[in-house]
Amino acid sequence: MTEVTAAPAATSTGAAVTRGGGDASRVTDRRRGGKRRQRLEILLFVTPALALMALFVLYPVYSAARMSLYNWKGFGPMVDFAGLDNYARVLRDEVFTDAVVHNFIIVFASIAVQLPLGLALALLLNRRIRGRGLLRTVVFVPYVLAEVIAGVVWFQLLQPRTGLLEQIVSGVGLPVPEQGFLGTPDLALATVFVVLTWKYLGLAVLLFLAGLQGVPDELHEAAQLDGASWWQVQRRIAVPLLAPTIRTWVFLSMIGSLQLFDMVWILTGGGPANATTTMVTYLISMGTQRSNYGIAGAASVVLFLIGFALALAYQVLVLRRDTKVDA
Amino acid sequence: MARRANAYGRGGPFVYLVALLVVAVTLGPVLYGALGGFRSNAQLARDPAGLPDPWVFSNYTNVLSNPAFWRYTLNSTAIALITTVVAVIAGVMAAYPLARYQFKLREPLFLVFVLGLLFPAAVAIIPLFILVTQDLGMGDTWLGVALPQAAFALPVTVVILRPFLAALPKELEEAATLDGAGRVGIFWRIAVPLSMPALVTVGVLAFVTSWNAYLLPLLLLRGETRTLPLGVADFSTQYSADTAGVLAFTTIAMIPALILFLAMQGRIVSGLQGAVKG
Repeated sequence: MTEVTAAPAATSTGAAVTRGGGDASRVTDRRRGGKRRQRLEILLFVTPALALMALFVLYPVYSAARMSLYNWKGFGPMVDFAGLDNYARVLRDEVFTDAVVHNFIIVFASIAVQLPLGLALALLLNRRIRGRGLLRTVVFVPYVLAEVIAGVVWFQLLQPRTGLLEQIVSGVGLPVPEQGFLGTPDLALATVFVVLTWKYLGLAVLLFLAGLQGVPDELHEAAQLDGASWWQVQRRIAVPLLAPTIRTWVFLSMIGSLQLFDMVWILTGGGPANATTTMVTYLISMGTQRSNYGIAGAASVVLFLIGFALALAYQVLVLRRDTKVDA
Repeated sequence: MARRANAYGRGGPFVYLVALLVVAVTLGPVLYGALGGFRSNAQLARDPAGLPDPWVFSNYTNVLSNPAFWRYTLNSTAIALITTVVAVIAGVMAAYPLARYQFKLREPLFLVFVLGLLFPAAVAIIPLFILVTQDLGMGDTWLGVALPQAAFALPVTVVILRPFLAALPKELEEAATLDGAGRVGIFWRIAVPLSMPALVTVGVLAFVTSWNAYLLPLLLLRGETRTLPLGVADFSTQYSADTAGVLAFTTIAMIPALILFLAMQGRIVSGLQGAVKG
């Protein structure tokens, strides 16, 4: 570990010294040393960022991959080589495969629910109504709150019996689950999803609204002169022009759903009966609570591969169109 | 003209109704928390939806006189500031040659940062925990959390800053070179001041992310060094019977973030869009 930290530090001081000396003799060896000098400058500029990335991003990811190949409890040298055993165990562990399913349910539910809802709200709010600025600010509020803080408030709202939400639901005459919304295995994941929608819908609305600002007024006017209705204008002009923004939002939403942790940890801790586990809650409880680092490493690698494959597939299949159009 | 305003511009009653519903659903939980903090536990148990009657101020004064609350706030602020400063400085330094120098490894180097976007912190979280607490001995320190957070903020910072720096007019650089300024001088005296708006945007993004972070602080910080999200979560489990106290604590913890982020709203949105288009 010491080598990794020491090496970039040495290069950056080296570059700094050369720069100091270079200033004095700049004029004479400008041509001759130009190339070398440029290299040193580049090195000086990129070293801090690369050193940070190497130490805190690349090395830990590499280390997770290495860890996944050993039986290791977190102390002593990693010697008990396990090959792919940890992967076999993770992939055969129903808690983990269920967690993957939960992540994908959230991925697809977000797209199926938040996209049409966000789009509808953005189109509605994109009119010159009174208090539009205020409305935008209000919509943004849940997004800026920490997931944990929003989660703690919702946890109170969702308390069985005493919570406000159950009182409202039973107030309008609907049945209330005996164990509460978060305590009933069949309802827990859906409840978490509702809270996530409350938290993140504002981002979709704001991004779509910002995208709609880019739709030129002339198009609306022209369409209107041709006798198009409000609905036709939205469907034929606004939404197609919004397509790149929508595709990007879908991408962000997918990546976020795969990494879901904070809200689940606060609301249910993955329970009841593992009904709301996600890949990250799985690897956190394996790593920190049970010191099963090999398993946690294997789960990390699987999470990375799924995210990477999804990002790549989306890039190739969907986002590529945008870059082509832009170019 | 009047027809246009009606059909396309202003909304009818239906639009206002939807808007009102959105406001109610969005702000409802926040208001419930804020108002609940002004009630007693007995009031909350009697009628969860009621207004404070009488108004109880002790929940809030208890939080404000609780030294732990101020320590969490200090820790959150310090960690977010260090994260922001490190990410912005290292980020703009790296983005500068990627935007304005011609060299062979430029695109591969940029690709390193782009690929960095695909490494979620969660993937590396367990090794990061071991690295920071055992190898570096920086568990329970501000730096131990801030440096990894800055590292994970770098990809988005560089991806947003590079096109911005690339768009600065070349003439400025040429003029400065004629005046005898070196590349490094140009960077500090021309590129950095001119890209201030973009630097503020990436800075706000890094600050928001750090301020709201939970996973990494959860693993790395104990006791005295805990941040606000950790403090809120712990307080709510520790005093779960004291609902009014929990609501007051949570509400106060929201306020600094709300003020800062609502003031910076435009920056955050444009930053997110920039990240998207980068």
